[in-house]
Amino acid sequence: MTRTLLVRGMLVGLVAGLFVFAFARWTGEPQVDRAIAFETSMDHAKGESPEPEMVSRRIQRGIGLLTGSVVYSSALGGIFGLVFAFSQGRFGFCSPRALALRIAGLGFVSVALIPSLKYPASPPSVGSPETIGIRTAAYFLAIALSLAAMIFSLQLARRLTRRFGVWNGSLLAVFLFFLLTIVFSRFLPAIDEVPPTFPASLLWKFRIASWEMQLLLWSTLGVLFGWLTERDRNAHSPVR
Amino acid sequence: MTQPLAGSIPQSVSIPVIPLREFLPWALFGGLLMLLLIYFVGAEQGATSLIHGRIVHEFVHDGRHLLGFPCH
Repeated sequence: MTRTLLVRGMLVGLVAGLFVFAFARWTGEPQVDRAIAFETSMDHAKGESPEPEMVSRRIQRGIGLLTGSVVYSSALGGIFGLVFAFSQGRFGFCSPRALALRIAGLGFVSVALIPSLKYPASPPSVGSPETIGIRTAAYFLAIALSLAAMIFSLQLARRLTRRFGVWNGSLLAVFLFFLLTIVFSRFLPAIDEVPPTFPASLLWKFRIASWEMQLLLWSTLGVLFGWLTERDRNAHSPVR
Repeated sequence: MTQPLAGSIPQSVSIPVIPLREFLPWALFGGLLMLLLIYFVGAEQGATSLIHGRIVHEFVHDGRHLLGFPCH
């Protein structure tokens, strides 16, 4: 059972990865290209020669982007399947579709949205190589804290709903989650390495594209996984 | 939270709860493998390197930027 759900999650993730790749080619790549052109012009202005290309741009934006999207999405899909396997029947959701969509929504908020509000996606030429260590550590710490806040709020939501009713209890839990994320965001190091002359519209478009990719990924996971699991369960149930 | 969803399928299907003993080995090994894959797409040859050089970083470069990971 767990194996089936894990494999299903990975396959759904693979499909989602193909969507993400197509979408990234369409909306994200033009921004990456413009950012690299900006970087090159900055290097020229400083009299430095641009970094030599180890991997050609054609490969980076083709098979490289495809590999990155598909591997990342499949792995996330696998974890999604495991979380679904643990959650089913434990949290009172009867329909696999509703449960899958719920996990996808909460996963998007805690893994993608909240960490990116503190540390948004950045195009090439934003971010200095010397700070990669602290930036990587802070980013993964933000994801871990956000996930912990989500799990804690969900646990508390069960008690709160029993005490204050479903509506008020859920609202309280949501409020608690955002309060926790705001507090830990204040204590994580601030990172602002956008060059002063970097085009604002380019940064905006890049970040919107990145959010849209995450939204596409998580909604595909939720909808497709729920649909397949519901279909599978209906096929196996004795009463049709 | 525990009421069945209204307007959903009739409640003929009972939800199987997977016992933790069956779930944990899969979660441990599957989860670790998945995290390793995400590490290679998102962080290898950035702050930390398991493989010498920059080839992995350069190959998944665009995906890393667009998926929101810190890069360079």
